[in-house]
Amino acid sequence: MSPGGNFTPLVCLSHITKRFGGAAVLQNVQFEVRSGEVHVLAGENGAGKSTLIKILAGVHTDFEGRIEIDGKAVRPQTPLEAKALGVAVIHQELSLVSSMSVADNLFLGRQLTRCGLVQDARQQQEAALWIQRLGLDIDVRKLVEQFPIAVQQLIEIAKALSQNARVIVMDEPTSALNAPEVGRLFALIQSLKVQGCGIVYISHKMEEIERIADRITVLRDGQWIGTAPAGELPMAKLIRWMVGRELNGQSLRHQPPLGEERLRVENFSVFPAGKSKQPAVRNISLSVRAGEILGIGGLQGSGASELFLGLFGGCGSAALGKVRLDGQEIDFASPRQAIATGVALLTNDRKATGLILSLSIAANATLADLRGLSPAGWRRPARERAATEKMAGLLHLRAASLDLEAGALSGGNQQKLALAKWLQIRPKLLLLDEPTRGVDIGAKREIYQLMNEWTAQGIAIMLITSEMPELLMLSDRIIVLHRGAMSAEFSRAQATPEAVLATAMGLNSCQPGAGFQN
Amino acid sequence: MAKNSSFDKKNPLLQAVASPAGRAFLALLLVLALGLIFNGDGAFFKMGTHRDALRQASVYGLLACGMTLVIVSGGIDLSVGSVLALTAVCSAQMAIHWHWSGWLVVPACLMIGAGCGGVSGLVTARLRVQPFIATLSMMVLARGLAKYTSGGMKVSTAMMNADGTYRYVDVPPLFRWVDNRILGGNVSMVTLIFVAGFAVAWGLMSRHRWGRYLYAIGGNEEASRLSGVPVLAAKTGAYIFSGMFAGVAGLCQAAQEQQGDPEAGAGYELIAIAMVVIGGTSLMGGRGGIGLTLLGVLTIGYLDKILSINAVPEAGRLMLTGVIIVAAVLTQRRSRT
Repeated sequence: MSPGGNFTPLVCLSHITKRFGGAAVLQNVQFEVRSGEVHVLAGENGAGKSTLIKILAGVHTDFEGRIEIDGKAVRPQTPLEAKALGVAVIHQELSLVSSMSVADNLFLGRQLTRCGLVQDARQQQEAALWIQRLGLDIDVRKLVEQFPIAVQQLIEIAKALSQNARVIVMDEPTSALNAPEVGRLFALIQSLKVQGCGIVYISHKMEEIERIADRITVLRDGQWIGTAPAGELPMAKLIRWMVGRELNGQSLRHQPPLGEERLRVENFSVFPAGKSKQPAVRNISLSVRAGEILGIGGLQGSGASELFLGLFGGCGSAALGKVRLDGQEIDFASPRQAIATGVALLTNDRKATGLILSLSIAANATLADLRGLSPAGWRRPARERAATEKMAGLLHLRAASLDLEAGALSGGNQQKLALAKWLQIRPKLLLLDEPTRGVDIGAKREIYQLMNEWTAQGIAIMLITSEMPELLMLSDRIIVLHRGAMSAEFSRAQATPEAVLATAMGLNSCQPGAGFQN
Repeated sequence: MAKNSSFDKKNPLLQAVASPAGRAFLALLLVLALGLIFNGDGAFFKMGTHRDALRQASVYGLLACGMTLVIVSGGIDLSVGSVLALTAVCSAQMAIHWHWSGWLVVPACLMIGAGCGGVSGLVTARLRVQPFIATLSMMVLARGLAKYTSGGMKVSTAMMNADGTYRYVDVPPLFRWVDNRILGGNVSMVTLIFVAGFAVAWGLMSRHRWGRYLYAIGGNEEASRLSGVPVLAAKTGAYIFSGMFAGVAGLCQAAQEQQGDPEAGAGYELIAIAMVVIGGTSLMGGRGGIGLTLLGVLTIGYLDKILSINAVPEAGRLMLTGVIIVAAVLTQRRSRT
């Protein structure tokens, strides 16, 4: 269990600083992995964990600082070089070719050949050896897609080992696994430790960190907060390390007097299409009143985005439960119906699901309300223009021309454009999923201000944000989701960063607002 | 029509040339300049040459109009050539053999086209079969229908008597009307039909809500769905209109040939796609327009005519056209970086 006597670390990163544009996302960070240890890298969303991993994996190459592997300074320029140095990263999205066999995947890019012909039999023999070493019993001639995700993950690890990986980075490896599968993965991690590998483990789940960590390093806002053996870092202290910052700007939210109950949701569940049989959202009940901002807390995989999509009709019949808007029972089969009823969803990825980047600003701003703006079917460009100009003015959207393609706008202006589209339908309920993601600080403040104005007009807002200060500052009330289920509810006074984070990580012991009802 | 978003305001001329419309226009001018130089001993300066160039391009142009709707929505319609053959056969049957009036034949042709388009539209939009496959199937199916309806023979004005001899019936008035020339014989009726079809397509794409939906779907289908765009209806509609345009094109083809040929229109779908692409409409969907397609239609139409008045044999014409399509598309691509 304990790290062996070998104190030359496998990998040592020191004084790592990395900037994106002007903003430093990592500042003077240090991190090391020893042979035979599980080193957990912890921190909130946006703390800089994945940036650090990407530097180690050769994805980001323009950084300041020093990387040593086995005591020798190196600087991997590509993921391939990092792999050759013995660093393997198992991503959440697996990098296997699912339509090829296990053996072919293990030797992808470095096939065993003779005279240019692939030696299938030899590949299968060697692949079987690696697979056995992990304690797996599968036919390496089968296609990867025939195995469940958990096995695919193990195949990915086998692939890394077969390429002489000694440092294995696992980024949220258990997000798609059930309990027995997690147990199997942990057993494998133990045997990897015995073989002398170093494991970097990133997870948002407290119970896992408790179970598996030998040492823990905490990052916060791109800063190194500390590294300690797991035994010296009880959960309460770990959370304090992760959160511990002054909350400023408390005054940015002006809560208007609350109105009638706008939305009531009872026993709402969403079953995602696809292989996973687990519902993404389980039996959630909540209510929002006019003029209120209800914050949804949760970490990756909490189901918050799926909850929004389900309420918006984006999942069709996969969403079950009773939903009332202004007392009227609603059951949206499509986003179209939701929009007609006055529900708007700002998605968390404006480029993929929010905007049509190839269309003009005016076309994007009027897209959701095109029926209202062109009642007879024939469009009225002058009316669309006027509406767009009005929205652009309201949201301080800055653009040289409204005929510009949306793709030419800056991130902040794109986000405002996406908001303009939803404001145009005069919504009663705004579902905002990460409204300030990738937006500069000035635009952020403007969006906060707008949210105040909207609630003052009686719009109810549900808000997802992965930034804890933002969640605490803007939300009049917070509910916290953990793996699709509601784990706590807080009033503004009760909500502390520690408590919200603890419940989001599935820790129920410090749950001050349990049973709290509005 | 130009949706280019260049910040370079220094040289308006350069900017115009850098836009897709500017480039398509330049290509057309180049082809016309070619005509001025290689004018086939003055043939290029005769009115009749232009009338014929436009007449010959019109049937393709009708297909290209419908194709533009489909391509802008992010799809493709390979079935238009076969649907053209089917309606050519059916319209010949109805007009020549059954003596139906034009008031019945035209709606019937539109409905046959709409039916074929509706089926391929539903198969791709509802059943989520790739447009390429769905319309490829319709291409084969409609060709089979055309052969079945006609018994595999051309449906012409020659009718077999009971004793095995042939008698000839009159060319129906509808066909004569369509094949007519007006304005002192300087403009073909078919060209006017194309212009009318172009106007309809332009109105739908540029002035109707539905056109905006097609651009949105072609640009980002998921974002469109989440913005309340009726994706299924809008996409299916594009294929229905493409089918109807093919129906009109089939009628024109039959009227010009005075017969319905079940083998007609083979390969026309590719010419129509080439016309759309040369105009600068993106095959990925979301960008482009019907005005660009008009430029593409004229470019290919005139190119073909100029090569033929210079007595370039068909083999050479095809090869040159292939090269020029690639060249045109390459310049279009450079306009977006």
